[in-house]
Amino acid sequence: MPVNTKAIGKSYEPVTYAVGREKIREYARAVGESDSVHLDVDAARAAGHSDLVAPPMFAVVYSAPAVGPPIFDPEIELNFAMMVHGGQEFVWGPVVIAGDEVTTTASVKDISESDGRGYYVFESISTNQRGEQVCRGTWTNIVRGV
Amino acid sequence: MAEIKTGEAIPELRITPDKYLTVRYAGASGDYNPIHIDEELARGVGLPGRILHGLWTMAQVARAQTEAAGGPEHLKRLSVQFRGMGVPEQEVLVSGVVRERSDGHVLIDTVAEQAGKQIIRNAEAELEL
Repeated sequence: MPVNTKAIGKSYEPVTYAVGREKIREYARAVGESDSVHLDVDAARAAGHSDLVAPPMFAVVYSAPAVGPPIFDPEIELNFAMMVHGGQEFVWGPVVIAGDEVTTTASVKDISESDGRGYYVFESISTNQRGEQVCRGTWTNIVRGV
Repeated sequence: MAEIKTGEAIPELRITPDKYLTVRYAGASGDYNPIHIDEELARGVGLPGRILHGLWTMAQVARAQTEAAGGPEHLKRLSVQFRGMGVPEQEVLVSGVVRERSDGHVLIDTVAEQAGKQIIRNAEAELEL
């Protein structure tokens, strides 16, 4: 069964995420960050930031609400039960700081098929309240047995 | 980082995720896929047990770069391929080698492995120093 490619280029409603200090701390601890700019406000300020700095991979947290809907979009017909996360890329701009409001828009970058596997590539573009692009994510999901 | 030349390794990062790490990471990241938190369900779908979140392992790869570079603001790009699966209570080792460096721009080839098997491969990091 060929993959359904008609959703390529489709984009989804932007989602805004308010970055909180305690969420940064919780995430930083879960991934083992010991850099005090993620944990201690005074240390972050001493390093020249206005508040706690989110670790780069915190991009997962602020973009998740935007990248969920495409995966479950019935128009894409992605078989979630057979899906594995094949690859991931993030490109970062200015750091994200506690108090920032980050707005993410997801879109379908590509859908293709090779050797019985479906490749579903989604893109997320995240900008802060000043309109600066803080992250671009490329999410590659592979579905076996398409 | 200032002294690491092309062809040389960045400091290794070693971390052993404890038994409940996947539960804490699920809460921190919002990814509650039960294959990461429910031992029985994970076995039921043919996995050896609960597996690590790929994005947690990617965060370890990111951390190896930011620790080498001296801060989160230096990491400008990271791309990875996930292979196989990581499990709790076994050491994860992240290593990397500087492939290219010019002015303040550094390109690093990096991988994450567990028990000698790569769980993140062909990863590439770009740093600005």
